[in-house]
Amino acid sequence: MITHLLAAGGGGTNLDADFGEAAFWVLAVLAVGAALAMICVRQAVHCALLLAVVMLCLAVMYAMQAAPFLAFVQVIVYTGAVLMLFLFVMMLIGVSSADSLRETISGQRAWAAIGGVAFMVLLVVGTGHAAIGSAPATLSHQQSGNLTGLAKLIFTTYVYPFEITSALLITAALGAMVLAHRERTSPKPSQRDISRQKIASGQVAPEPPAGVYALHDAVDMPALLPDGSASTRSVPMAVSQRDLDLGRDPHQRIAEDLEASKRVQIEAGAGGGESE
Amino acid sequence: MSPAHYVFLAVVLFAIGGVGVLIRRNAIVIFMCIELMLNACNLAFVAFARMNGNLDGQVVAFFVMVVAAAEVVVGLAILMAIYRARKSASVDDANLLKY
Repeated sequence: MITHLLAAGGGGTNLDADFGEAAFWVLAVLAVGAALAMICVRQAVHCALLLAVVMLCLAVMYAMQAAPFLAFVQVIVYTGAVLMLFLFVMMLIGVSSADSLRETISGQRAWAAIGGVAFMVLLVVGTGHAAIGSAPATLSHQQSGNLTGLAKLIFTTYVYPFEITSALLITAALGAMVLAHRERTSPKPSQRDISRQKIASGQVAPEPPAGVYALHDAVDMPALLPDGSASTRSVPMAVSQRDLDLGRDPHQRIAEDLEASKRVQIEAGAGGGESE
Repeated sequence: MSPAHYVFLAVVLFAIGGVGVLIRRNAIVIFMCIELMLNACNLAFVAFARMNGNLDGQVVAFFVMVVAAAEVVVGLAILMAIYRARKSASVDDANLLKY
C-alpha cells in the first residue's frame, strides 16, 4: 500500500473509495478510543503506549491523504523520537508515579469534562457551518510528486521559517542541556572518604541479606528462629566461649544458652540410649 | 473520504486532549495530552491541504512537528529539574515559583 501511495505522488490518492472509507472509520474509532483511554488510565506508561496507537493511526491517515512524507515523519519523529523521550524521562523519574486521585479544586474533573464536551460541540458546529469542500481529483501545482513539491515549497516560499526553525532547534537543545545539568555543590567523595564514612557509621559489612532473621551481622550474634528466639547453633562454640572468657556476657544469656544446649544434647543422648 | 471527516476527527481528538490537560495531575501525562492536541492540529492541516489542492498545509504541519519536538525537549528538561527539586512529577506539588 505504501508503494502505491508513494507512486500516487501529489495527485490525491489512488485508494479505492470504499477501501478508503472503511479504513477511515476503523482508524477513527481506534484513534478516538485510544485517546479516550489515554486520558482515563492511571499509569503513565499505559498513557504513552496509547498515545503511540493514536499517532500511528494518524500516520496512516496522512498516507491516505496524499501526504506520504508527513506519514513517515510522523512515525519517525513522533512515535520514534518524542515518545521514546517520554519513556526515558518516565524511567528516570519513576514508572510507578501513578496519578493522584485527590482533587485540589473540588469538582474540577466533572467541570473539565463538561467544558471539554461543550468545546467539542462548539467546534463541531462551527466546522459544520464552514462548508468544507471535497478534495479535488488532482492537486494543482505539483505533478512531480509529494516530496519534490514539499522540497520546492520549503526551500523557496518557506525558506525563512525553515532557517528560523534551525535556530529554534539549537536553542531547544541548549536549553535542555542547561536545565538538565546539575552543579555539584560538594566535592566528589573519594574512596578514603567513603571508607571513613562506613567505619563511622558503625556498619562496615553490607546489610544482612533478605530472609535472614537477624538484626546484626556479626559472627557472634545468633540467628533468630522464625518464632523470634535465638538459635545458639548458629554461633560457633569457640566464639561463645571467647565471649564468656572476656566477660562480654552481662546478662548471662550466652551462659544460659550454652547450658540449655548442653541439656538438650544430654537429653537427646539419654533418649537415644533408652530406645536402644 | 471528504476532508470534512478528517477535520471532524481532528476536532474530537483536540477536545479529548484539552480535557486530558485539564483533568490529569501528572505533568508527563499533561505533556502527552498537549502532543495529542498538536497531532490533531496536524491532521486538520493535512486535510485542508488536500482540500485546497496545494502543499502549503503539509509544510505547516511539518513545521508544527519540528516545533513540537523542540517543545517536548525543553518541557521534559524542565520537568526533570522540577522532579529533582521536589521529588514529584505532580503539578499539584509544584505550586511555588521557587524551591
